[in-house]
Amino acid sequence: MRITQGQFSFLPELTDAEIQAQIQYALDQGWALAVEYTDDPHPKNYYWSMWGTPMFDLKDAAGVLMEILACRVARPHDYIKVQAFDSNKGFESIRMAFIVQRPDYEPGFELVRSEGPGRIIHYSIRGYANALPSCERYGASR
Amino acid sequence: MLTGTTLNKPLDVKITDMKERYTSGVLKYRQMGYWEPDYEPKDTDILAVFRITPQDGVDPIEAAAAVAGESSTATWTVVWTDRLTDSEYYRAKAYRVDPVPGAPGQYFAYIAYDLDLFEEGSIANLTASIIGNVFGFKPLKALRLEDMRISPHYLKTFQGPATGIIVERERMNVYGRPLLGATMKPKLGLSGRNYGRVVYEALKGGLDFTKDDENINSQPFMHWRDRFLYCVDSVNKATAETGEIKGTYLNVTAATMEDMYERAEFARDLGSVIIMIDLVVGYTAIQSMAKWARRNDMILHLHRAGHSTYTRQKNHGVSFRVIAKWMRMAGVDHIHAGTVVGKLEGDPNVIRGIYDTCRETYVPANPQHGIFFDQPWASLKKLMPVASGGIHAGQMHQLLTYLGEDVVLQFGGGTIGHPMGIQAGATANRVALETMVKARNEGRDIWNEGPEILASAARWCQPLRAALDTWKDVTFDYASTDSVDLVSTPTAI
Repeated sequence: MRITQGQFSFLPELTDAEIQAQIQYALDQGWALAVEYTDDPHPKNYYWSMWGTPMFDLKDAAGVLMEILACRVARPHDYIKVQAFDSNKGFESIRMAFIVQRPDYEPGFELVRSEGPGRIIHYSIRGYANALPSCERYGASR
Repeated sequence: MLTGTTLNKPLDVKITDMKERYTSGVLKYRQMGYWEPDYEPKDTDILAVFRITPQDGVDPIEAAAAVAGESSTATWTVVWTDRLTDSEYYRAKAYRVDPVPGAPGQYFAYIAYDLDLFEEGSIANLTASIIGNVFGFKPLKALRLEDMRISPHYLKTFQGPATGIIVERERMNVYGRPLLGATMKPKLGLSGRNYGRVVYEALKGGLDFTKDDENINSQPFMHWRDRFLYCVDSVNKATAETGEIKGTYLNVTAATMEDMYERAEFARDLGSVIIMIDLVVGYTAIQSMAKWARRNDMILHLHRAGHSTYTRQKNHGVSFRVIAKWMRMAGVDHIHAGTVVGKLEGDPNVIRGIYDTCRETYVPANPQHGIFFDQPWASLKKLMPVASGGIHAGQMHQLLTYLGEDVVLQFGGGTIGHPMGIQAGATANRVALETMVKARNEGRDIWNEGPEILASAARWCQPLRAALDTWKDVTFDYASTDSVDLVSTPTAI
C-alpha cells in the first residue's frame, strides 16, 4: 500500500528541485520549515521525531533542502516529511505538510475489529511494521 | 443619503415634549423617536442594514423608523407604559437611509440596537427581534436584512465554532490544501449496506470526508443505526488502507432534541470524528448541538437546507452573509457557502463576502462584497466553508482561485458519477487538487494555465483523464439573482 498522508501523496514523488520550490513558497509566506521522521506512520501518530527544532531563522530554501538530505542519510528507511509552521495570529499552526521520503516497501496497517454488544464494533489500527522493534522496521538492520 | 430634513413636515419631527408625546393615539414612528439622523452608533451596539421597499406613498424615512420601532420596542399606538422605563435607551434608532443604486423604490436603512436589547448567547433572542414581526409589517412591500455588525461585546457571549478550522485540520492531519468530500448519491433509497459501500469507495479513492445528504435521517429504506454502523466500518477500513484520517458526516437531524442527542452519542461511541445537522432544525437546536459537539470533541457540519427560501431574492428575506454570521456565532464548524462555479446560486463577489465572514478574524467593510460594516470576530474560531453542488475536477483551478485553501470541496456527482467507478472519481479529484496546489505554490498562473496543468496530470492519471473527458463542457452559467447592488458593473464568471 501507499500511505497518502500529506498534501502531495497522490502525485509522483517530488524531485529535490520540486521540494525546494515548495519550501520557497513556504518561506515566501513567512513560515518556518521543519523536518520530521518516523518509523511509525500510524494516522494518529501526531508526533514524529523532529530533525532538530523548526528552522525559524533559516530563510534559504537550499539550506532547508540540505537538512532534508542529511535526514535522509541518517534515516534511510524512515518516512520523512516537511512541515511549515505559521506563527501569525489566527493560524498559529501547521500550514503545509508533505512526505519527502518513504520506505521502498510499505506494509500498511491491519484493521482490528472487536465485536461489542449488539452490532457495535470497536476498531483499532495497527501498523504491520510495528510488530518489529523500532530499530528493525522497514529493512533497517541493527 | 436622505437626511429627512427636506421632506419633513412639522408634524413629522421627533416630539420632545413628554406630555404631547404620550397623549393616547397614533403617532408616526419618526415622531416617536425611532429616527435619529444624528445618532453616533456606540461600539457596543448591534447594527443592521435592511433593504426596505416601502408601499407606494410611504416615506422611506418613516418606513426605516417603523422598521426600527417594530424590531425593538414599538407597537402601533402610543402606550403610557413606555414612561415606566428608560424608553429612549431601549428604542432602536434608524440613523441613515440611502437609496439603493439602480433599484428605484428601494432603500438601505441603517438601524442601531443597544446591547441590552438582547439576551447573551442566544441567536433565538437576537433573531426574534431583528427578523421578528417586522418582516410582515404592512407599510412595507418587502424587507431584506442585508448585513449586521455584531459588537465584540455581544460576540463574546457566544461559544462560536465547536472545533474551528485550525483544530479541525490538526485533528484530521490535513494541511496545505482544501479538504475533499462527497455527498452520497442517490440521496434517498440506498440500504445501509449499499450506502456504506459508496462511503468506503470514495474515502479509499482519496477523499477526506463523505457526507449524508440533508434529507437522510432515518427512513424506512435505511434506519439511522444501520447507516452509522456500516459507515463507520467504511471509514475505519479506508483509514487503515490509506494511513489517513477519514470521516463521514453522520446526519443526526431528527424530530426532537432527545433523538438528536441519542444519534450523536451513538456516532461518538462508534468513534466518528464528525456529525451533521440541517439548518431546518432551528437556531436553538443548532446551538444545543454546537455545545454538545464542543463537549464531545466532535466536528459539527451544518447543511443549509431551507436557506434559499429566504436568501435568494434581493428585495425580501435575509442575506446568506447574515445567516453565515449567525451560524459562526451559534457554533457550527462547517457551513455550505457556495461554489461560484457550481449548480447553485452564487455571485463571485457575494460568495467572497460570505467566505470572509466565515474565515477571517477581522472582516473590513467592503461594499463590493456586500459587507456593510467592519466586523471584528473577537476570538470566535473560524468556520470552514463547504463548496458543494455541481462542481467537478475540471474546475479545480477556478475553485482554488475563488475559494482559497480553507474550504471543503465536495464533489458528489463528480465522484460517484465517474465512468471508471467511485474510487477512480475520488482519485481524479484528489490528483487534480494536489496538482493545482503544487502548481500554484510553484508560482504558476493557475487561472490561465489551469486547463493545461490538469491536462498534463491527466497524461499519467487515467482517472483524471476520464473525469476531464466526461465533464469538460459542464458549466452552470446563469445570472445570479443575488448580486451586490453597490457596484455599477455586474460581475460575470
